[in-house]
Amino acid sequence: MSEIVDILISASFWAAVIRIASPLILATMGELICERAGVLNLGIEGIMVIGAFTGWMAVYQGMPLWGGVAVAMAAGMLFGLLHSVLTVPFGLSQHVVGLGVTLLATASASFAYRLMLPQVTSPPKITPFQPLYIPGLSDLPWLGAALSQTALTWFAFAVAGLVAFTLYRTPLGLAVRAVGENPAAVEAQGLSVTGLRMGAVIVGSGLMAVGGAFLTLSAFSSFFFEMVNGRGWICIALVVFGAWKPGKAVLGAILFAAFDALQIRLQQTALGAVLPYQLFLALPFLLSILALILMSRRAEVPAALMVPYNKGER
Amino acid sequence: MRLEAIPNPSAARKIGLPALALLATLGVAMLLALIAGANPFAVLGQIARGALGSKLAILETLNRATPLIFTGLAVAVAFRAKLWNIGAEAQLYAGAIMAVVLGTGALGSPLVLPVSAGAAMLAGAALLLGPVLLKTRLGVDEVVTTLLLNFIMLLFVSYLLEGPMKDPMGMGWPKSPALIPEARLPRIVEGLRLHWGFALAIIAAVAVWVIQTRTTLGFEIRAVGQNPEAARFAGMPVNAVLVKTALLSGGLAALAGWSEVAGLKGHLSSDLSPGFGYTGIIVAMLALLHPLGVVVTAIFVAGIFVGSDAMSRAAGVPTYIADMLLATALLFMVLAILLTRVRVVRG
Repeated sequence: MSEIVDILISASFWAAVIRIASPLILATMGELICERAGVLNLGIEGIMVIGAFTGWMAVYQGMPLWGGVAVAMAAGMLFGLLHSVLTVPFGLSQHVVGLGVTLLATASASFAYRLMLPQVTSPPKITPFQPLYIPGLSDLPWLGAALSQTALTWFAFAVAGLVAFTLYRTPLGLAVRAVGENPAAVEAQGLSVTGLRMGAVIVGSGLMAVGGAFLTLSAFSSFFFEMVNGRGWICIALVVFGAWKPGKAVLGAILFAAFDALQIRLQQTALGAVLPYQLFLALPFLLSILALILMSRRAEVPAALMVPYNKGER
Repeated sequence: MRLEAIPNPSAARKIGLPALALLATLGVAMLLALIAGANPFAVLGQIARGALGSKLAILETLNRATPLIFTGLAVAVAFRAKLWNIGAEAQLYAGAIMAVVLGTGALGSPLVLPVSAGAAMLAGAALLLGPVLLKTRLGVDEVVTTLLLNFIMLLFVSYLLEGPMKDPMGMGWPKSPALIPEARLPRIVEGLRLHWGFALAIIAAVAVWVIQTRTTLGFEIRAVGQNPEAARFAGMPVNAVLVKTALLSGGLAALAGWSEVAGLKGHLSSDLSPGFGYTGIIVAMLALLHPLGVVVTAIFVAGIFVGSDAMSRAAGVPTYIADMLLATALLFMVLAILLTRVRVVRG
């Protein structure tokens, strides 16, 4: 037990929690925007892969790190455009299209990787984002170490704040939320349901891709085929866990990251010697299912989620 | 723009648009070949030759199609009831585990094959039962739970192969011991590298077709998929139908893993399936969820994979072109099918 307490009070543990939470926060915010507008985006897993790949490849080709972030976001928005065209004006099954987008985006990343690096056996490394030194803050005991984070992490939290502000404090946010609850009423106001939903999916997909790019540009310094490893699906669970609210979703991501950081450390303790390491690795997925079960009784789902809207049809 | 239903779509529309979707996919294939710096026509020719150009190639394609028929059927059965089973990958491994558990000496001939097949189906069905009960009882979305279970299952397989199921003679490789000869599916024709799993897959497709068209359950599955509220209003036990669908779907997916182990590989390793469970979704959608169509599309999809492998060795275009084409075909096809029923009008 004392081992766990030692872990929980160490600054390096909390630094890891914030680091692990960052890509989840970015992608969860992306998914949340889509779902608040009424579109389930199962393309998230593949869009994170394409973000991780394009961001890394852009930097490897000589672009600055923020350029890589921008490239990743653009690539994500492109797949978001594809998803939204098929699901919004055409109203196709969001399940099937989402899975198709995930398959296409993942395959595109693999194809492009092999095309651009035909011979390599291990992927080349880039110089990733480094922890920011913030005068004053970084010199504080404990807190300075826990908040020793890269600019992309600070960006992730800023994005979460911006998403919350936009959704709840601006007319645009009101329209996005309304389009996920009652699209006919939005149309009656003279606003375009199609435009709002497509915009939400495209912007949301851009954020998912930046979440993916966090993995290559901030967390690791290379691209691996399996590196997203279900994080996208976990983010979908986090949106449900957060009851479709940005603040709660961020808390969920941090809670989730805490469990993830804890399981990595527990593997090195006496517990890790007894239990198979696969059990620790499965913990994030088991927790996600548990979160879905716990939150299932709450009826806060956007009313028009997964309901296509066709003008003139009542 | 908005969509307007077409009262009586013409036959030309019903056949022409899906054909156009396949042609468009062909166009994408040629574009990708160009991007990769290869001759588009040569690449298409090499894929076709690699898939069907020799007896060996055809047998390889049919072998590759076998698990895809099973997973395609699993998805087709479930999607027909609008039960989104994306967990065929996990159910496949559940079946594969059963093939090893019962096939490495626990049972002998003639019991081992039928019993291990039955146990595999039960294991796959049990694995899907959880998410379906969560859906019917608590309203938990089965897409996410079945997806997450895929990852948990792969870790479980990895644990088994490094622990209790590790082959002591495996030179340290994480793989299971080999199945005893009696637990292996024999070849259909002696000397030809095609095992009975393929024949069983076709029998399964016919069986599913019979269930869907000739039984009450089939009728109920379709009714629930088309309109659950109306089905409930008509007095149908919607939740019970969903559970039965899940048992059938999970069982079919498990047979994919069982036949791969018992028919092709003879042992279990964690790379048994290169995503057969996910590819089953494409197979089922291209077949418009028709069980007999699944056999055709599974062979088509397997041919693309096998052909792309051969083409990649010769032309140097990355083999992932196959995955890109199939995802593209899926998206084009769902759009084409929609446009057979509706037209786009201004306003």
